[in-house]
Amino acid sequence: MKRFSIIVIAALWLGAGAATARAGETFDAVKARGQVNCGVNTGLAGFALPDDKGVWRGLDVDVCRAIAAAMFGDASKVRFVPLTAQQRFTALQSGEIDVLSRNTTWTSQRDIELGINFAGVDYYDGQGFLIARKADVKSAKELNGAAVCVLAGTTTELNLADYFRANKMSFKPVVIEKNEELAQAFFSNRCDAITSDTSQLASIRAAFAPNPDDYIILPEIISKEPLGPAVRHGDDQWFDLVKWSLYAMIQAEEKGITSQNVDTFKNTDDPEIKRMLGLTPGLGAAMGVDDRWAYQIIKQVGNYGESFERNVGKGSKLKLERGLNALWTNGGLMYAMPIR
Amino acid sequence: MAISKTGGWSDPRVRGAVYQVLAVGAVIAVGWFLVANTIHNLSTRGIVSGFGFLERPASFAIGETLAAYSPADTFGRALFIGLLNTLLVSALGIVLSTVLGTAIGVGRLSVNWLVAKLATVYVESVRNVPLLLQLFLWYTLITQGLPGPREALHLLPGVWLSNRGLIVPAFDWTSLSFTVPHLAGFNFQGGVALSPELAALLFGLTIYTAAFIAEVVRGGILAVPRGQSEAASALGLSRGQALRFVILPQALRIIVPPLASQYLNLLKNSSLAVAIGYPDLVSVANTTINITGQAIEGFAIVMAVFVAISLALSALMNWYNRKVALVAR
Repeated sequence: MKRFSIIVIAALWLGAGAATARAGETFDAVKARGQVNCGVNTGLAGFALPDDKGVWRGLDVDVCRAIAAAMFGDASKVRFVPLTAQQRFTALQSGEIDVLSRNTTWTSQRDIELGINFAGVDYYDGQGFLIARKADVKSAKELNGAAVCVLAGTTTELNLADYFRANKMSFKPVVIEKNEELAQAFFSNRCDAITSDTSQLASIRAAFAPNPDDYIILPEIISKEPLGPAVRHGDDQWFDLVKWSLYAMIQAEEKGITSQNVDTFKNTDDPEIKRMLGLTPGLGAAMGVDDRWAYQIIKQVGNYGESFERNVGKGSKLKLERGLNALWTNGGLMYAMPIR
Repeated sequence: MAISKTGGWSDPRVRGAVYQVLAVGAVIAVGWFLVANTIHNLSTRGIVSGFGFLERPASFAIGETLAAYSPADTFGRALFIGLLNTLLVSALGIVLSTVLGTAIGVGRLSVNWLVAKLATVYVESVRNVPLLLQLFLWYTLITQGLPGPREALHLLPGVWLSNRGLIVPAFDWTSLSFTVPHLAGFNFQGGVALSPELAALLFGLTIYTAAFIAEVVRGGILAVPRGQSEAASALGLSRGQALRFVILPQALRIIVPPLASQYLNLLKNSSLAVAIGYPDLVSVANTTINITGQAIEGFAIVMAVFVAISLALSALMNWYNRKVALVAR
């Protein structure tokens, strides 16, 4: 793990710098390579985790596949690069990966100082606490003096310290590098509570708890954690493609287009759907890809709602509510910019 | 090549000098290329660099601190706290592994068959299992094997053992009295704690390094000529006396240089702490790197600190080596 970080730093040392100023560099490199190198979580159920056949599954993984579908018309042309929280930005900056889709929070510091751009939000999350039901704690305000397990190298550590300071409470952090060991420490009662994004807490509870019903997520959400894909600076064409691949998934849900029924829209009269599916040509060509880019995303990956339900929603072990991630038309925050 | 006839290309000294100049030049050129290219890549990618972040508030908490620290302190202070933790576990580990390793090393040479075999089994099993796995084993044993704080084992008055650590009364210098730990809310309040993370790391490092030190000690003792122990027993010294007054002092000269390497290994291996949640320098630097995004600066600091500690440690061991070395008269 440390060795990997050193490799990516070495890539910064040795990597050719001359070509970075040219627009379209990443776009052209991906096209020439024939696959998208996509940085994902090392293992987080619902977001990025290989299934029993070794196929990567998850909401973040589907974003990678959507980009490949838009670029090549083939959602399978992705190489998944599992990254820890500490490795991810260096891997993106150094060019090891083309896009980072790894439950990464969009923050001003990252956007401004790390030389990366966030292309949108694929999951609106917030930090919470998971605690044993028998601890009889009803609110995070009762956690004074608790030992709290937290994953190393995330904004979570910072929010945790801020929250306890703001509420004049003390705590003892136990900072562990990997989800597996972190979960083990918590479920063996080394810590009184574990903190992370609530989606991750649901994932940890589903994957590691001896009996998931013995653990509850406290009602307080102590931070905003908009998670989304990021690309490095220097290639706006690639940035656009990633951004609109995600928007196409969301827009498809809004228009009721699914992987099952997309072919029935061939004779639609809706001009926006016609533009989106490439029935009115031009949009894809302007982005440098096939005009049927959005059709391929919907056909092969599905719309946002389909991806949500099968990975983290009712059709999954996580059983998360849509909540903030419902479409804006249903009271949520998911809102695609208009495709016109 | 404009080389004069007298000291021409056939002169080995001239050739040697030219090769050395070329080698130094190549090293400088590669170094310059790496630095210049890194700076160029950082600026073209719009990555902010520099050490200014050390002055900014760290805003994250650290579980174990030897000196005063709060999230309002700077990143520089946080890294210093991490360094103290690294030094603490390394110093304790060096002392304990030296004691244990010497005992095991002497044990392997024991005339007692059982002691010798047990020592051999210890060395062969411990040094052939990766340290990281041993750390996970110890950490799991401590956190899963020991009861929670509410069911803590009450070993002695004021001494509690649970999976939150070993908690003992602390001496308060301001009131000149002991503060006795008591269970309040989630955890024990008052007293001082040996945390499960420190304990697991210390056990792991000590037991692992002791196996290597045992072999160094055994090799050192075997290298002392047999005549020395025969002479000692001819003088009427017991085996224990012979070991203490004759064999070990001579073996020490052979043991010290490889022992220094083991100490350096222990120091560097302490960076595995992040895997089991002990807040050492590397763990704090990882958090710092993630919050600030200053990976190159963060790693540079960690590398510089480890090089500095290692050089200081080996200077100390070299000084000690010269002190115990045979003085030619």
